[in-house]
Amino acid sequence: MTSVKLKLKDSDVQKLKEIALSFNNEAGELINVLHKAQEHFGYLPAEIQEVVAEELNIPVAKVYGVVTFYSFFTMLPRGRYPISICTGTACYVRGAEKVLDEFKRILKVPVGETTADGKFSITCLRCVGACGLAPVVMVGDKTYGRVTTDGVKEILKEYENEE
Amino acid sequence: MELIKLTIDNRTVEVEKGTTIFIAAKQLDITIPTLCYMNLKDLNIEHKPGGCRICVVEVEGRRNLAPACATECSEGMVVKTHSVRVLNARRTVLELIISDHPFDCLICAKSGNCDLQDMAVKLGVRDIPFKGEKSTYKPDFSPAIIRDMDKCIMCRRCETMCNDFQTVGVLSGIHRGFEAVVAPAFERDLDHSECTYCGQCVAVCPTAALTEIDHTNQLINDLSDSSKTVVVQTAPAVRAALGEEFGMEPGTLVTGKMVAALRQLGFNFVFDTDFAADLTIMEEGTELLDRLSRHLNGDKEVRLPILTSCCPGWVSFFEYHYPDLLDVPSTARSPQQMFGAIAKTYFAEKQKLNRKDMIVVSIMPCVAKKYECTREEFATDGNPDVDYSISTRELAKLIKSANIDFKALPDEDFDKPLGESTGAAVIFGTTGGVIEAATRTAYELHTGEELEKVDFEALRGFEGIRSATVNFKGLDVNIGIAHGLGNARKLLDDVRAGKSEYHAIEIMACPGGCIGGGGQPLHHGDTSILKARAKAIYAEDEGKTLRKSHLNPDIIKLYDEFLGKPGSELAHKLLHTHYFEKKIKHISMD
Repeated sequence: MTSVKLKLKDSDVQKLKEIALSFNNEAGELINVLHKAQEHFGYLPAEIQEVVAEELNIPVAKVYGVVTFYSFFTMLPRGRYPISICTGTACYVRGAEKVLDEFKRILKVPVGETTADGKFSITCLRCVGACGLAPVVMVGDKTYGRVTTDGVKEILKEYENEE
Repeated sequence: MELIKLTIDNRTVEVEKGTTIFIAAKQLDITIPTLCYMNLKDLNIEHKPGGCRICVVEVEGRRNLAPACATECSEGMVVKTHSVRVLNARRTVLELIISDHPFDCLICAKSGNCDLQDMAVKLGVRDIPFKGEKSTYKPDFSPAIIRDMDKCIMCRRCETMCNDFQTVGVLSGIHRGFEAVVAPAFERDLDHSECTYCGQCVAVCPTAALTEIDHTNQLINDLSDSSKTVVVQTAPAVRAALGEEFGMEPGTLVTGKMVAALRQLGFNFVFDTDFAADLTIMEEGTELLDRLSRHLNGDKEVRLPILTSCCPGWVSFFEYHYPDLLDVPSTARSPQQMFGAIAKTYFAEKQKLNRKDMIVVSIMPCVAKKYECTREEFATDGNPDVDYSISTRELAKLIKSANIDFKALPDEDFDKPLGESTGAAVIFGTTGGVIEAATRTAYELHTGEELEKVDFEALRGFEGIRSATVNFKGLDVNIGIAHGLGNARKLLDDVRAGKSEYHAIEIMACPGGCIGGGGQPLHHGDTSILKARAKAIYAEDEGKTLRKSHLNPDIIKLYDEFLGKPGSELAHKLLHTHYFEKKIKHISMD
């Protein structure tokens, strides 16, 4: 494999090597390696995919193929407070789209992107298994139920003084 | 071996367990239509992604239609390949594929040679009821290959060739659903990938998603420019395949007709890359003997094996993947480049021509040769030794567009002096040929004795990796041969690990060598065509009076008048090269 020029820090590369090694550098463990890498780095930019490809001895095009196939994987950095709006059927019929629009309007970013200060990012997901609370919004691990457009401002307020 | 009996279209057939419906039907001479399935038997490649769904058949007792290419036969199975349900489903599938495909057939590069177009004709599609969004992508123009992914139907054959056969790994299926497409990593263009331009993706693409860069218009302009002297060279493998484009049987040799056609097209000089192939043997054979004897005399500086370096796809491959082995390949340039260098010096001097007034064009079975012409080291003051290369397919189109009745042409001979060649040169076109040609010359140079039997059957054949030991009067020379970059990788890994016992290795990137090149008439999955071309190549060799490169009288004259001797300073300047570690050209991803 051709070696790649890295913008990653040495410690980042080391971390990726450790992750790959924990799966015995097996090509068949690609998805697990990517899971762990995203868990650690928050997202999977090209540089990370290149190191993963090298460590598992597979073409980087294959890695990119897997990253783009599964919506769980992202190549864009997430905010420190990632906002996920459920647009599953139940949430959708109870106004998830309006809630989503309100987040987009206030934060001035489209779905999949992060605010300039890196604080918030917006993603959509399909069903978190809390349909009784529809529409559901998650910020990090915290769940908010029966969210209305007015409620959006209140949710964001909670994070006003956070860094 | 367990046998299974089943019924296909009311006929009984017995097959081995594990056989697919598609293959079982073939036994009954039923060809089930498909757009993605590809079976390259002689290369051990069966591509059956079950992706296009054109091959669906009805299986009694099964709720859904089954893709014939990916469904195994079972005992007592009853299959219908052309029920009304099947035909309707097949047409709907095709209509859906076409609904996301441009309608520019009239001006498409693959028109008349497109599997999708043929299928639309076969299934009688007259209307596309599905209207909606179409996929659009930025076209990718590399030095050799054009990717126009608007025309991709996701058969993924290219991916199989790039990954499984070539182990180059540039192309992969990415995204999902409507957005799914085949692309290099991060959707970079080919020029920013490890692509070797071998063109095997082009050779199997059913549509015009992957085609070669077209140089024919440039050539027509140059031919009509009276201030230019336009010189052409034709690669060995072209003469064994060009006839197919004119409905001739695969394996028909058309050397003389090809020369006549080129002359009618208006080339000032019709020469032969075979001349340069003989020259390659002089340089490479000398280098082989020199390295071999120094190595055997204990010179630790000299690394063996020596690897052939005629194939630009292969050169790119080792420059990307084996930068630690750059001193192993022969420094001899490819015949295409040797020809250009000699044409624009020796021949130019003879004709009192300025190289800037010359256009040297090559006809190649290859798309990587287009890229090779653009390599900076093969130019003098920015003027390339070979201006550009056109493929066998492009030449056929040009002959057709010039209204030349190819089949009726008389046989003509190449011009002199760069048109003279031996049988050793023509076999460059098939796997094992270069090393056989080198062996014929090296044997005589080393032993000083005449080689009685010039046919080295042990070096011929179609297996991906072959080996033979040739006895040079007491000196056993171990020879390895690989065609296909995946096979080459195996030999190279051994060299890297210090496990290789070969003294010399020939490598060609394409299946069967140049006869199976990315620029040849499309084989549409029938690898017996490649074997027929190889046979034609050996027949041309056998028909020649001179069959050893060092006996070519015009090569002898070239050394006498100009180069001195093989490996001379001038020979090194004009006929040798060096290799570079290649890295992917990075572009900012921000």
